[in-house]
Amino acid sequence: MQRVYLDNNATTAVLPEVFEAMRPYFGERFGNASSIHHHGQETRAAVEDAREAVADLLGCTASEVVFTSGGTESDNLAIAGWVAAGDHVITSSIEHHAVLHACKHLEKLGCDVSVLRVDGRGLVDPDDVGRALRSNTKLISLMMANNETGVLQPVDEVGKIAAEAQVLFHTDAVQAAAKVPIDVRRIGCDALSISGHKIHAPQGVGALYVKKGTRIQPLFHGGRHERSRRAGTENVPGIVGLGKAAQLAKESLERGDDKKMAAVRDRLEQGILAHVDEAGVNGQGAPRVPNTTNIHFDHIEGESLVIALDLKGLAVSTGAACSSGAIEPSHVLIAMGLRPEQARASIRFSLGKQTTESDIDFALALVPETVARLRELSPKYKSQVKVVS
Amino acid sequence: MSGGVDSSTVAAMLRADGNNVIGLTMQLWNQRRLAGREGMPEAVHGRCCSLDDVYDARRVAQQIGIPYYVVNHEERFEREVVRPFVEEYLSGRTPIPCSLCNNHLKFDQLLIVAQQIGAERVATGHYARVAYDDAKRRWLLKRPADASKDQTYFLFGLTQEQLGRTLFPLGDMTKPQVRELAHRHGLAIAEKPDSQEICFVPGGDYKRFIDAYLAEQGESLPDTAGELVTTGGEVIGEHTGIHNFTVGQRKGLGVATGSPLYVIQISGADKQVIVGSDEHLYSRTLRARRTNLISLEALAEPMRVKVKIRHRHEPAPATIERSGEDEILATFDEPQRAITPGQAAVFYDGEIVVGGGWIV
Repeated sequence: MQRVYLDNNATTAVLPEVFEAMRPYFGERFGNASSIHHHGQETRAAVEDAREAVADLLGCTASEVVFTSGGTESDNLAIAGWVAAGDHVITSSIEHHAVLHACKHLEKLGCDVSVLRVDGRGLVDPDDVGRALRSNTKLISLMMANNETGVLQPVDEVGKIAAEAQVLFHTDAVQAAAKVPIDVRRIGCDALSISGHKIHAPQGVGALYVKKGTRIQPLFHGGRHERSRRAGTENVPGIVGLGKAAQLAKESLERGDDKKMAAVRDRLEQGILAHVDEAGVNGQGAPRVPNTTNIHFDHIEGESLVIALDLKGLAVSTGAACSSGAIEPSHVLIAMGLRPEQARASIRFSLGKQTTESDIDFALALVPETVARLRELSPKYKSQVKVVS
Repeated sequence: MSGGVDSSTVAAMLRADGNNVIGLTMQLWNQRRLAGREGMPEAVHGRCCSLDDVYDARRVAQQIGIPYYVVNHEERFEREVVRPFVEEYLSGRTPIPCSLCNNHLKFDQLLIVAQQIGAERVATGHYARVAYDDAKRRWLLKRPADASKDQTYFLFGLTQEQLGRTLFPLGDMTKPQVRELAHRHGLAIAEKPDSQEICFVPGGDYKRFIDAYLAEQGESLPDTAGELVTTGGEVIGEHTGIHNFTVGQRKGLGVATGSPLYVIQISGADKQVIVGSDEHLYSRTLRARRTNLISLEALAEPMRVKVKIRHRHEPAPATIERSGEDEILATFDEPQRAITPGQAAVFYDGEIVVGGGWIV
């Protein structure tokens, strides 16, 4: 069966160049990067090369990059590494659970957390951030791009507000990295999370940018790896993969591939909307990363649509992969004001570097007819149609 | 696929026969939801919809090589099964949630999902048989080969359309044969114990469940306490709440008398529990409402059948006739013990399920 993968916000395939770069570090170059001998020197060099490549993608210096196990660890390190009992934290209602649940945990430890609302487009109002500031505000954590809708948040403006108030600013850029240019200096953030497997590196590796001069408490206690910011022997193959993927992403952005991807995404989006009525884009009117579109197909269960499409070879999702099987409709879409049944009727399509025009043709041939079939068999839709006629 | 031996074996059988099989698990209830509340057990293992069971179902699907999905119907399950379960008890009736689940979830929502994703039929691990009667032009529901596992009592609500899209591949097998087949397919769950009780009520303690559920909903338990009255009308004491009683119950009445007392009737309207001696439990008639007929289009004239009035009841000879709008009167040849409102009355013509309804 032909299979088309449009769920790159869940995870991406490791690019062949990335895999090739990693390959020696599973075999002949196996040293512990902290070892004194030749083997250690060899892998240490690879780790530092990768650190420079990541720094280059983010616009920081290499010493500001801490390698982690992924986006979730990076988010937790930034939050738990800075905030203590009695502190106040500002975040938003559309954050990934890695941030929201980490903040919830802080509340149990005696911190106050303000969760900012978003508008119908899924955007946080920077003025709300300013208004939420308190004398004991320690940290603002606002994502750069939302994982479900792809909506880009006004992080530059929030960075200015944070700097003015002398409050630490963390941004979860897991879904922004490699899709839009990132410059930590322009954002003015103190920490920024990225994840390997969202940018065509493997699962199990990520990084946190930590601004020079800001001390951070490690999550793990152990050796003095990563300048005592993250104990544990480095995942050298993963780090090498992340470095290669970062380098490729940087080159790709410089070539303007993001604009090409946006055009492909737009063709998918407009093609679907042209053939399906009572549907619309979640996050319409907001700036978005070029690879994501989230569409509500009213009167259906998104869950059934995902299954039906999967059985015909198209992989998409109802939202965050981590939330699959959950009963709660997407907290992101609900925060944007969608009705629960509309949120449950929403599907995320997310493109990757390997997505082709023929993949889009495949999706365009499949989605409208599948939605029509689901609606035809949906008691909700039938009763609605009856009422209308 | 519940993760149990029956539905797992069905999947393996159908797959081995070369069918295009899709595994679906209905996530109906979060077993951790009420854990630790109002004296409910902290952790519940090996129950339907627990993480363990979904894990087992998924592993079976992976092993036999079929696509597998979990579909979440917790909201509807709560609305159509759990809520009515609680309300029935609070009204002095003894509910059967499994029938509601079959009618509103398994053979309703699941069939819709199946059609939507392009599946022609839904197969389950129920012990029952479906056959098409060419002469009558109707789908028939029949008792299975293994009488000890017969689940037709819980399936009386199936419509013609539902039966026409349903497969019960275990209908001709006994449970030991199913386990043996599971072994032959190398399924790890071949010796998994049968589930016995109501899936969302751990330990079968429905009173504790009602307490915990209402507490979680922020509702207080309505005051259902009242008088304990004899069949002669004499008030002999107080009781703690009608939902604590079931018709036929002997223990826990809280009064000491010379002869054994049983709950004869529960009166929801005036919160009375009427007690009497064993002989008062016997009745020759019952009325069933919200009926569903399977082997017949309509009950035009009185019919000789056997009627089953609870899951563990040997169907007893009776005559059924229409006694009102959506109501059937059953008159037994011999009086039956403890006919209980809230339970189902299911009518059998030999192996064939004629239909059934809810005892009022």
